[in-house]
Amino acid sequence: MSTTRRRDPRAERILRNRLHPLHLTLQLQHSGVAEWLGPNGVKRRNPHLVGFIGPNGVRRIDRSGAQSAASQTQVHVTEQDTRRTVQLDHPDHYITVIPDMTGGRLSAADKDLLGLAQRLAAEKPNTAVLVVVFGESKETQLGEAGADRVLTVADPLFQQYSPEQRLAWLLALEQALQPDYWLLPDSGLGGGDLGRRLAVALNVRAATGLWQVNLDGDMPTCVCRAAAATQDLLRDLPRVLLALPECAEPVSETRHEALELDIPVSPAAVNPAIEDLGAVAVDPASVALAEAEFILSGGNGVRDWPGFHQAARVLGATEGASRVAVDDGFMPRDRQVGATGTWVTARVYLAVGISGAIQHLQGIQSCEKVISINTDPGCDMVKRADLAVIGDAAAILQALTEKVGQLKQEVRDVA
Amino acid sequence: MLPDSTARIAVLLSVGQHPLTARPRRADQDARALELALQLPGVEVLPVHAGELNDQNETALRSYLGMGASALKLLPAAEGEDVLPLLQQGLRDLQPDLVLCGKRAEHGESSGLMPYLLAQSLGWPVISGLVEIERLEAGHATVLQALPRGQRRRLRVTLPAVLAMDDAAPAARQSAFGPARRGVLEVEQMVAVAEQGLANLNNLSVLNWQFQPARKRPKRLKIIKATSARDRFKAAAAKAESSGGQVLQGLTPDAAAETILKMLREEGVMNSTHGD
Repeated sequence: MSTTRRRDPRAERILRNRLHPLHLTLQLQHSGVAEWLGPNGVKRRNPHLVGFIGPNGVRRIDRSGAQSAASQTQVHVTEQDTRRTVQLDHPDHYITVIPDMTGGRLSAADKDLLGLAQRLAAEKPNTAVLVVVFGESKETQLGEAGADRVLTVADPLFQQYSPEQRLAWLLALEQALQPDYWLLPDSGLGGGDLGRRLAVALNVRAATGLWQVNLDGDMPTCVCRAAAATQDLLRDLPRVLLALPECAEPVSETRHEALELDIPVSPAAVNPAIEDLGAVAVDPASVALAEAEFILSGGNGVRDWPGFHQAARVLGATEGASRVAVDDGFMPRDRQVGATGTWVTARVYLAVGISGAIQHLQGIQSCEKVISINTDPGCDMVKRADLAVIGDAAAILQALTEKVGQLKQEVRDVA
Repeated sequence: MLPDSTARIAVLLSVGQHPLTARPRRADQDARALELALQLPGVEVLPVHAGELNDQNETALRSYLGMGASALKLLPAAEGEDVLPLLQQGLRDLQPDLVLCGKRAEHGESSGLMPYLLAQSLGWPVISGLVEIERLEAGHATVLQALPRGQRRRLRVTLPAVLAMDDAAPAARQSAFGPARRGVLEVEQMVAVAEQGLANLNNLSVLNWQFQPARKRPKRLKIIKATSARDRFKAAAAKAESSGGQVLQGLTPDAAAETILKMLREEGVMNSTHGD
């Protein structure tokens, strides 16, 4: 078909003339199209067709283009991924990142660390960021977070505390790749511990508590927290970096391949001096609310408080409460979650009968997974929740308690 | 307990710094380490300090003596000198079964590398984040390690070992004035090591490092990458929107409990099922 634009002067004339007998039929053919290209390639629009008639009979215009896109069938507007895809076929240099992967996923601090790694990688061409994952990983967004290569060491041993074996792997990597930098989060026991072991083994004076990297000058420098966070230390940039959260912006403009590393790595055998005997059962009630990992929180919708306490005990969850429950005297004040109480950082927050006041939602901002049991499907907590169950809180909690009790019984029978 | 002899526990003590007044004081984590050692029954506690002895430091060091230790071994070092060779030599002489210390110092670089460096130079294992020593046997110790979020992990380590204390360890007792005055600071001269220490270029003044008062870290701004005014406004006036979570309606309590339980197990917070 010819691409030349053909005018139809007769149709145009009829469309302009509202008194013409064929005007309505022709307009019907054009109706629904608010915008079209004119004969000279100029965009024409019919303002009478822009927008839609709102519920009060008033014409509303939606500037996001969602409405007109819906009415125009031929123009399909999709959310375009503007991120650049970065591919490295044969990287010459490597920067190794060992994220903590708490719960098998990248934390916000891990993503910042990957952002820092990509910043360092941009300094030298053909440099790949290698992410080493010990143990099982549930993360599917490693490429989006900035990993060019991934080395997954999925030995069940690495689910436990095994710093010596991990160090053996890292030293084998050092042998095989000679990475330019080693980046680890300076967290209490994950990267903080392993990174210090690595630095000592590599004989590098590691930058600890690093929070800023300057790459502008001829020599890269960094700023670290020193003297129990009362001083800043300006120093050169060593090979081993233990970085604090928010040390750099996470990767947002590029996508990376996250290919499995194709270079064989064989760690030396170690005779471990440290043996992990497993986690110790800690009374969840003794854990401070602000640092509890799993919180069962009750609100106005809870009628059966003994059942609630029983569920918390069986699930091994720390108890929290909304302000209403505290004001009504069902829970002590120090258990109140929210902007006016405690800002919690739980990984899993199970909210029972809480509708989700804005103060409460602020308090659970940093929770990763929120589960809600509520009777009202329209409340804010249900909107925030990753899993919302609509139903009677008491019955569901009781069923949950019974199921967990059965599970425990089975474990005991097997053991 | 060791069957034939009592266990010897060296406690490395440093001079701390008060977070507000910046006066010398006993370092918090080191005091916790000494507290832990003093509470173990039937062990020999050997407090060690490597560093300068002057008027200000003496009060801080004596406050460790006020906790119940009768004497403190002092390995003199000049200001800014690397104390690692001194400690290494001192510990070789002492022959302890365990070395307890704080996780990081309260002034200087405070990198927390000291326990690791010491353990490597002695060839011993190192454990960080210690809160409790549960059992001491011949050649082994069973200890508790603090995990984030108030959790604990039990570890078994071969002795001798270096153990670094966590902030979550039991708080140190008060220091009593009388015992602090009566306690002895035994200064030990180590000539051979001192020369070696001077040759060591790990001296802070050698490196071109600058210390300055801690700057407040900039607060991260929310980056909004919106193309239209409407998107920018929406991002600025964000309200709780559906996060794309699952909403389950009309389930029986049993089925609902099953779904919740599935998610809890996926997240791995139900590990305590195995304990209890």
